[in-house]
Amino acid sequence: MTELYPAVAVLLLINIVVGMVRILRGPTAADRMLAAEMFATSAVVIVLLMAFGTDNLTLIDVALIFALLAALASVTFVSRAWSAMTRSRAAPECLDDEGEGKP
Amino acid sequence: MTAAQWIGGLLVLAGIPFLLLGTLGLLRFPDVYTRLHALAKSDNVGLGLVCIGLGVQSGSLTLLLKLVLIWVLMLIASATAAGLIARTALARGLRPWGT
Repeated sequence: MTELYPAVAVLLLINIVVGMVRILRGPTAADRMLAAEMFATSAVVIVLLMAFGTDNLTLIDVALIFALLAALASVTFVSRAWSAMTRSRAAPECLDDEGEGKP
Repeated sequence: MTAAQWIGGLLVLAGIPFLLLGTLGLLRFPDVYTRLHALAKSDNVGLGLVCIGLGVQSGSLTLLLKLVLIWVLMLIASATAAGLIARTALARGLRPWGT
């Protein structure tokens, strides 16, 4: 069963590449951040699978650090790059979602 | 192979479809709220199944608890991010799909 894990990790890497379509298409910055969050979860799973697939258990600590930093990434994104106040200032990186949500 | 290894391996393989379907939801759902709904739940179910499966397979309680700790940290991260992003999107005036 353990020999299967590198193949499953490659499958998840393909999953990440497919998810990059959402980063390309947008439309808001939050959608791109959600895709990045999906990458974080998949990365943790990949690192765990490789830890057991290659019998290199120190990789579990790497996954632990990934999980610790995942919370910081999205909280920093909301508080610095995409907070509710930046809309009126029309920061350049937020211009792409001005028309979002109107029917 | 022992029974624990079989059960663990099957749990790991059961978790992978949740991750794939989370990506499908991210690509196919119409707005940011529905994409949050797809990602925040299904990805963490997949991660939890993989963590528990690997922990059962390793046969060591310490490793199992460490993997469950990773899962709990990712759950906290995902719940925080989902709440913050949904609230900020509402405050910025993004209308939920269908309203």
